[in-house]
Amino acid sequence: MSLDGSYYLVLAAVLFTIGGIGLLVRRNVLVMFMCIELMLNAANLTFVTFSRMLNDIGGQSLVFFVLVVAAAEVVVGLGIIVAIFRRRADATADDLNVLKG
Amino acid sequence: MIAAIGGFVVPHIEYTAILPELILLGVAIIVMTVASLSSRPFPAGLWAGVTAAAGAASLGAAWYMSNQVNSRGPHTTIAGAIAVDGYSEFFLVVLSIAVILGALVADNFLRREGLDGPEFYVLAMVSAAGAMFMSVANDLIVVFLGLETLSIALYVLAGYNARRRESHEAALKYFVLGSFSSAIFLYGVALTYGATGSTNLARIGAFLAGNVLVSNGVLLGGLALLIVGLGFKVAAVPFHSWSPDVYQGSPTPVTGYMAAAAKAAGFAGLLRVLFSAFGLMRADWQPIITVLAAVTLVVGAVLAVVQTDIKRLLAYSSINHAGFVLVGLAAASAAGLSGSLFYLLVYTFMVIGSFGVVTLVGRTGDARHRLDDYRGLARERPIVAAVFALLLLAQAGVPFTTGFLGKFYVIAAAVDARSYPLAILAILSAVVGAFYYLRVVLLMYSDPLPAAGRAEGVALPPGTALVLVLASLFTVAFGLVPGPIVDFAHRATLLF
Repeated sequence: MSLDGSYYLVLAAVLFTIGGIGLLVRRNVLVMFMCIELMLNAANLTFVTFSRMLNDIGGQSLVFFVLVVAAAEVVVGLGIIVAIFRRRADATADDLNVLKG
Repeated sequence: MIAAIGGFVVPHIEYTAILPELILLGVAIIVMTVASLSSRPFPAGLWAGVTAAAGAASLGAAWYMSNQVNSRGPHTTIAGAIAVDGYSEFFLVVLSIAVILGALVADNFLRREGLDGPEFYVLAMVSAAGAMFMSVANDLIVVFLGLETLSIALYVLAGYNARRRESHEAALKYFVLGSFSSAIFLYGVALTYGATGSTNLARIGAFLAGNVLVSNGVLLGGLALLIVGLGFKVAAVPFHSWSPDVYQGSPTPVTGYMAAAAKAAGFAGLLRVLFSAFGLMRADWQPIITVLAAVTLVVGAVLAVVQTDIKRLLAYSSINHAGFVLVGLAAASAAGLSGSLFYLLVYTFMVIGSFGVVTLVGRTGDARHRLDDYRGLARERPIVAAVFALLLLAQAGVPFTTGFLGKFYVIAAAVDARSYPLAILAILSAVVGAFYYLRVVLLMYSDPLPAAGRAEGVALPPGTALVLVLASLFTVAFGLVPGPIVDFAHRATLLF
């Protein structure tokens, strides 16, 4: 017994959208960071689901590459955040106002 | 050739195909290891020399591979994930040049700011290797891995100047928006995989050639997300918002290197994905690219006019240049593609040379980047001012420079493709561009501000001098005799 694959695809799309919107509206840098992870893992879920639907192992092996990349991104991202907010009380993107974009 | 271990197929790896990347990664690891194991200080300029030498070696390897491809024809290797063709070798050459020029500009800057160390060069080499993997990739997941290797190293480079708040802020902005675009790209890869059953570009192309999709919503969604993800990397409007801030806040040599390498790699991925995998869906992506090109041309040119900071001005001008490359892509023809490649090669020299001058004028502290700081530069440093004027005029598209030819080829391709509005828009944006480049040139040749305390002059160290000589020689010589470069770009599009 297994659910129809499209449920997982819709779930992944919803997670991806939540991540994308969260990144754009939330101001806390750590939450923005978690949103990026959510988006990457939504893509992973899509890969795995399609892999099952297509009966092709390729999609599942791609997930490992994505996990490694996500881990590397976490390391660098947290490093940057720590470097910036070492002397500040909170981690809010609004405090970053030297460059006016 | 193919060995199976317990049902797991291990592909044959052709090491010569990825030799330039292996050279850069190998040297990066060796430099990092040697530097951390030794306690004695190293002679100044050693790491820059090593990096430039590694760049030269990878340039040689890419040139050798290019000749091999010319005599034996293109092929794919490593389980079809890497393409060895004229297009790959073209971008390997461009990116090797960017590493060499970037290292030479960075050398004096890092010593001046007291930031000298091997990390900068290691990150530059790793990011270049990532950019190279992106341009030789024949598989979407390899494009993604190359993109991330390039980007993660560049996030750190953007924040390399730990003492400046701007540098930190640039790193974080680049990181957040860069990862956002990478995630979008990855989701596009996932949807494309679902719709076509493969991430291999050639197999996607073959699938689209052999099947008629009843409903291709997932595929179109995937294609759109791929374009958005790569559009972020090349700073095409409306995905450009990160670039002025990041260009302004990053250490100046990093900005020059980033502008050259990240843009070349982003376009390498975009062009390859669109032509190689989605060539048959031209009718679907051509209108999107045309609109992107038009908006990018207009926004880049108009917003550059109102800037008062040279790095922001050059950031918007680089957005405008991305618009011109997109014009060649929007033509969706061999002429347009080779025009875009030509543009990217000549832009590499112009932009790293320009940011080389900006590095010098920024002086210690890397802070003097207002346009007013360029007043009277011609009186103080006539040669630096002349070189900067030449590079800016080349970017504006003045005849007898490579910049003019680059604009000419992409606009000619647009005219051939009968997209006259886009061609006219490109010409108009070049006219607006001439205005803001000439403004800087005029400032350099006007009188200095009377009250400006002349605390520190503009120094001209040998490394940067070499870059300026190379950039201006390339820009003028191949502007007069463009044949070899045009042939090189043309061959890159033939052997696809």
